[in-house]
Order: sequence, then structure tokens, then C-alpha cells
Amino acid sequence: MTARALPDTRAVEDWRYAPQAALAELWPLEAPDTVTVPAGEHFVRAIVLDTDAVVHLDLTLAAGATAAVHVVNVGSGYGRVEVTATLGAGADFTLGAVQLAGGSAMREIVASVTHAAPDATSRQIVRTVLGGQATGTVLGRIRVERGAIGTDAEQSIRAMLLDRTATANARPELEIFADDVKCAHGCAVGELDAMGLFYLQSRGLEPPRAKALMLQAFLAEALVGAEDEERLCALALAALEGLL
Amino acid sequence: MLVIDDLHAEVAGKPILKGLSLTINAGEIHAIMGPNGAGKSTLGYTLGGRPGYEVTGGSVTFEGRDLLALAPHERAAAGLFLGFQYPVEIPGVSNVQFLREALNAQRRQRGETELSGGAFLQVAKLKAGLLKMDMDMLKRPVNVGFSGGEKKRAEMVQMGILDPKFAVLDETDSGLDIDALRICGEGINTIMRKPGKAVLLITHYQRLLDVVKPDFVHVLAGGRIVRSGGPELALELEREGYEAVA
Ligand SMILES: Nc1ncnc2c1ncn2[C@@H]1O[C@H](COP(=O)(O)OP(=O)(O)OP(=O)(O)O)[C@@H](O)[C@H]1O
Ligand SMILES: [Mg+2]
Repeated sequence: MTARALPDTRAVEDWRYAPQAALAELWPLEAPDTVTVPAGEHFVRAIVLDTDAVVHLDLTLAAGATAAVHVVNVGSGYGRVEVTATLGAGADFTLGAVQLAGGSAMREIVASVTHAAPDATSRQIVRTVLGGQATGTVLGRIRVERGAIGTDAEQSIRAMLLDRTATANARPELEIFADDVKCAHGCAVGELDAMGLFYLQSRGLEPPRAKALMLQAFLAEALVGAEDEERLCALALAALEGLL
Repeated sequence: MLVIDDLHAEVAGKPILKGLSLTINAGEIHAIMGPNGAGKSTLGYTLGGRPGYEVTGGSVTFEGRDLLALAPHERAAAGLFLGFQYPVEIPGVSNVQFLREALNAQRRQRGETELSGGAFLQVAKLKAGLLKMDMDMLKRPVNVGFSGGEKKRAEMVQMGILDPKFAVLDETDSGLDIDALRICGEGINTIMRKPGKAVLLITHYQRLLDVVKPDFVHVLAGGRIVRSGGPELALELEREGYEAVA
């Protein structure tokens, strides 16, 4: 246990969208799960959060190490998954995360990838589906430190609103202190394509099933290639059924 | 089979269909022609129940039922098929998955037993073969990356698999090359030229009507049927244009 002070959610950027009251219930938080991946080794982790909790995985990848972290963040209350990764020379890191929230749920994914040495590669793909009065927040940071030349970092954050009453917060952040780096990022909040939905329904699909079909592909983008892709997809689809 | 009576419909507050009446009996093929913007696609979408296409008057009766009271998926289960002028791309969803689910959803709604994966694939192969479409295309996502003509052909494969009683085919011929036009036209004949079925073909060109021979031809202009006749009306239109004929 660490004796971190409860952050003032209005003032601390990384906690800006967290609900103060729900957070107070969970305080004090457990220390982050800290993992160092030795040179040349491969690390795999799936995080499934379906309760009220804040979990934090903090990775350090030594030179040439690789890691793949996949996240399914679902549940009816407040749940936050934080993943931080610091990459050594030539390391490779993948984060694929989905979160689904309906009712008055608040889910957060906070990802921060630091390229600390040359030639590391990373990608973050986060997909959020929100219905009801739910709030989904994604903070995704890429930091490229001085000297981390040859960095190749990608980030794609997308959210889909099933109801206009849901709220998506998406904040990508790039901090680049090196030359000769490639950073690609995209961030979008949208609604299901109405014409696509009508097309599927015109062939006989009930509206919830038409929506599920369209969203399944959207979510799968984040989970493709996960070691237990099938299980994670099934969990995400089960949560999706609950929203439709 | 289908009785459209004094149908009025508007899109985005703009009246498009203004008192359209048309009766189609089982066993008949009707063609609708008409200038751009006349309301042909609007008629198709209104029959299909597309959101935003608001019926402000009149009625549509399909096999004795009030079609307009049904949701789009219920209209499909009742036997209606709408071939889209611009088929929609659905990324990440394969044709096979989509069509199997759609067919079984229709069968469920009708109280019929669902088809197994194997039985469905047999039907799909048969219908794809009829339209000379490669099964590999059916494994790809719905319409994604299909050429204009391939999309139209895929629509006909969908129609073959879903086996509707009544099809509204909105410019199925546009975008098809000469061979594909003949294949699709013959496909329409094979799938739909049956007692108990009917077709409403929306087209601009005689060449489709050379293959799928209509029993009746109508001219839609200004949101209404302004002239009706036999197959000769299409030829007359092609010779003389809408201005002169309607
Ligand atoms: N969303 C919309 N908002 C406003 N007007 C619309 C909308 N959709 C269609 N319209 C108008 O409705 C009219 C009829 O369109 P429709 O697509 O039914 O024509 P069409 O007969 O199918 O023409 P074409 O032969 O070019 O396919 C057109 O004037 C069109 O601009
Ligand atoms: Mg049209």
C-alpha cells in the first residue's frame, strides 16, 4: 500500500474525468503492479475489469523486449485501468483495449507509453462503446524522450455513442522531444452509421442484432491478435448485448 | 399482393411522393421509370421503412397486412426485399455471417426452423453460382472493396438466399457490364419469376427490360405515377424521352 494522497480530480490532469466520490470509496489504491520485462523476452497480460476498482500495470521493457497488453473494461460502476510502459531500445509494445459502459457507469482507460531509447515501436488501440448516461474516458499519451530516435508510435482512439445521453472523453497527448520519429495518432467519437443499420435491418435483422454486428467489428480491432482473443471478444460481446 | 394507395411521403420536411397509387399482383413484374429526382428511390425506401422517410398520407397493403405499421426487419420477414441503388458497406462483417444471421432471423420471425451452418452454405453456394459470384467474395466483408458492379451482383445473391416474395430492385442494372447485366437479369428471372412472387424494377434503361421482361411499365414523375402501360411504353420512352411521353 502506498499512502498517495487522494487527487483533486478537478486539478490533476490524469484524474480529471474521475468521479471524486467514487474514487474516495476506493482510496487508498494498491501500488501499481510493476513488471520489468528482461531483454529479448515477451510479456503478455490480459486485464479484465468488471468491478469498481482502479488497477495500474506499470511495465518497463528492457532493450529488445516485447509486450502485449489487452484490456476489457466493463461493469456498472466506476472502473479505471491504467497502463504505463517505458520502452528500452528496440522494444515493442502493444496495447489493445475495449471498454463498454451503459446505465450510469463510468469507465476509464489511461495509457501512457514512453519511448526512452531509440528504435522502439508501440501501438495503442482503444475502442469504447457507450450507452445510457454512461461516461467513457480515454487518456492516451505517447512520450518520446530526447535521443529516442527511430521511434515508431501509433495510437488510435475511437468511441461510439449508442445514445446521445452518453459522454465520451477522449484525450490523446503527444510529447515529442526527439527528431526522426514517426508518431501517428487518430481520435474520433461517432455514432453508428444509420444507413448501415437500415441496410442490415432491411435484410431481416432485429435492431439490437444489427447494432451488435456493426459494433463487433469495431471492438474486434482492439482485441485482434490477443493471446486469448476469443475469450476477450466473448466478454466484450456479452457486455455489448447488455447495452443493446 | 401489394397495393399502394395515394401514398404521400416526405424526406427532411420536403414532400417527395405526392399521391402515388400502384397495384401489383402476384406473378407480375412491373417496371418504374422516371427522370432523376422523381422519387423512385424514395418509393423504395418508404416501402422498406427507412428512418427519415415519413409517410404523411395514404396506405400500403402487402398481402392484406398494413406494411407501413411494420419495422424494417418485420417487412423483410414478411417477404419484402429492397435491392439498394447504392448497396452499403459494412466493415468487419462477412457476407456469410450476415446473410446466415439475416436468413435465420427471418425464419425465426416466421416461426420456421433455423438453418444450420452447413445447410446455409449449401444454399449460399447455389445462389452465388446462379449469379456467377465466387464464394470467396462471400467470405469478405459486406460490400467492402466491391466494385460498383460487384455490389449489384452481391445484392442479387442476397436476394437469392433470402428468397423474398416481393422485391423492389432500385437500379440493379446501373454499374453492370454487359455480361453481368445478362447474368443478373437471368438471376432475377430464376429467383423471382414464379407464381406467388412479384417484382418492382426501378430502371432507366431498356437493356435490363430486354432480359427481365416486365408485364407493366409505369412512369413516375413529380412523386406520382403519371402514365402506365405495357412493355411498349419503355420503348416509347427510350425513343422519345420523358418530356414527350409523360
Ligand atoms: N435527405 C434528403 N433531404 C432533402 N431532399 C432529399 C433527401 N433525400 C432525397 N431528397 C430529394 O428527393 C427527391 C427524390 O429523390 P430520389 O432519390 O427518390 O429520386 P430518384 O427518382 O430515385 O432519382 P435517380 O433516378 O437519380 O435515382 C430528390 O429531389 C432528392 O434531392
Ligand atoms: Mg434513385
